[in-house]
Amino acid sequence: MSIKLALDQNPQANPLRGSLAVPAADLHLRIKMSSLNFYYGSKQALFGINLGIAANRITALIGPSGCGKSTLLRTLNRMHETLRHTRLEGEILLNDENILEMDVTRLRRRVGMVFQRPNPFPKSIYDNVAYGLRVNGYQGSLDEAVERSLRRAALWEEVKDQLHKSAYGLSGGQQQRLCIARALAVGPEVLLLDEPCSALDPVNTAKIEELLFELKQHWTIVIVTHNMQQAARVSDFTAFLLNGHLVEFRPTPQLFTTPADPRTEAYITGRFG
Amino acid sequence: MNYRMEWRKAVNAVMLTLTGVCALLAVSVLFFILGYLVWHGGRALNWEFFTQLPKPVGEAGGGMANAILGSAKLLLVAALVGVPIGFFGGIYLAEFGGRTFAFLVRYTTDLLNGVPSIVIGIFAYSALVLPFRHFSTLAGAIALGLMMIPITLRSTEEFLRLVPRALREGALALGASKWKTILTVVVPAAYRGVLTAVLLAMARVAGETAPLLFTAFNNRFWSPGWSQPTASLPVMIYTYAIAPYEDWHRQAWAAGLVLLGLVLITNMVARGVLARGMSAQRS
Repeated sequence: MSIKLALDQNPQANPLRGSLAVPAADLHLRIKMSSLNFYYGSKQALFGINLGIAANRITALIGPSGCGKSTLLRTLNRMHETLRHTRLEGEILLNDENILEMDVTRLRRRVGMVFQRPNPFPKSIYDNVAYGLRVNGYQGSLDEAVERSLRRAALWEEVKDQLHKSAYGLSGGQQQRLCIARALAVGPEVLLLDEPCSALDPVNTAKIEELLFELKQHWTIVIVTHNMQQAARVSDFTAFLLNGHLVEFRPTPQLFTTPADPRTEAYITGRFG
Repeated sequence: MNYRMEWRKAVNAVMLTLTGVCALLAVSVLFFILGYLVWHGGRALNWEFFTQLPKPVGEAGGGMANAILGSAKLLLVAALVGVPIGFFGGIYLAEFGGRTFAFLVRYTTDLLNGVPSIVIGIFAYSALVLPFRHFSTLAGAIALGLMMIPITLRSTEEFLRLVPRALREGALALGASKWKTILTVVVPAAYRGVLTAVLLAMARVAGETAPLLFTAFNNRFWSPGWSQPTASLPVMIYTYAIAPYEDWHRQAWAAGLVLLGLVLITNMVARGVLARGMSAQRS
């Protein structure tokens, strides 16, 4: 499952170039969004977003409530299509393949998602992890795949003796790690996390953050967070959104120490939002 | 001032008594009916009642085994007709329904729920009895099945809507198609509610008499087949209760007791199923 960092074959298509102090040579872009507009009915929620998501890095999306960060995240696996009257314009490439032309179930297997509140199915722990494999017609050994995914989500030791008990018996933090295991089981390339710690206490938040460090060796991670300390702690790149516009997108240490845009500075110093 | 307080207290006491008495009346109606049935029908209720055919007029004893089996057959086919249509229609409304068509379906099923059962009976009579020139079990069962559709459909819709959106999104995000999501996550999460609704719908039509009077009609013997008339508990009650014989009256009471007992048991099972489902989801 290890994905090697490859050279970016097409530097012209790299929207990060120039604005980033990272040598483009060792930065491969897993996802490229260009001129992305998004509408809820007649209300526009995203305005001309250009954003590249670096492979095997953690990209954080920050911004005040309603700025469009969750909306942006949900376009990456086309979850927005579950809502009526939404419209997406522009282009999103996953490894240079246009995701808008892909079969949506195939796309979602490649781009997994973890939600704000833990949402395990009312099934056993085992069946939760096996769910994605079963609906996708997995041929190999389910037992092995379930154990592998639970180990990767750092949950195996806690649940190995109660695999066939209901997932609802787990704590909130365990449930969220179960949801991560469930998402990892189908073998995605990208993992989207929509405020994964907002319903968790600090101890469980720390566990998830620690886990993200492990996961980025193999996966590309995009995380939406309300918590700026969290973005600063875990992410390699941070994008700041405001009212549907991408204001600033830079390596995390730079964005938090020397923001280029006065609005970014105002937000991270807590003057609004 | 003091006088006004006294007046308020008096009004309060009167209203409390009034509402309390009304609530008590509502509860006691059921127990009164149940008691009355036991009082009149209890004596006629014995093993023979469940195992024997009705005896000719004048002979003592006999039972309603054919009517009990007839009611079971009618309910079975009614469920086979009404449950799938209601269930899948409910899935459509909860998961797919567009605005206009869903409104139309909801509105018509609500109207269908309000159609008097005798009208359903006439419809089944002209559509399923007249063309074949004889009464049949099947015609009666289909009439009852039609009556089950609205309850099953609307309850299925309600219970599917109660399933949190987060669960659907979780399944969709794992690459499950919409149909797989519905069948493997949404319906299993709602099945206790749906099952309850089906049981209640069956309990509701089990006592229907009007649609059976001129479809399944009646039969003093075992029904020879699905295309032939059959006895059923509600129609037997009707026939026996208006007959001029004392022991037939007692048997009608007994049949009423059996019918009510079955409906009550179904109701309690349904509630038990639902309560267990709710607590399991919360924990």
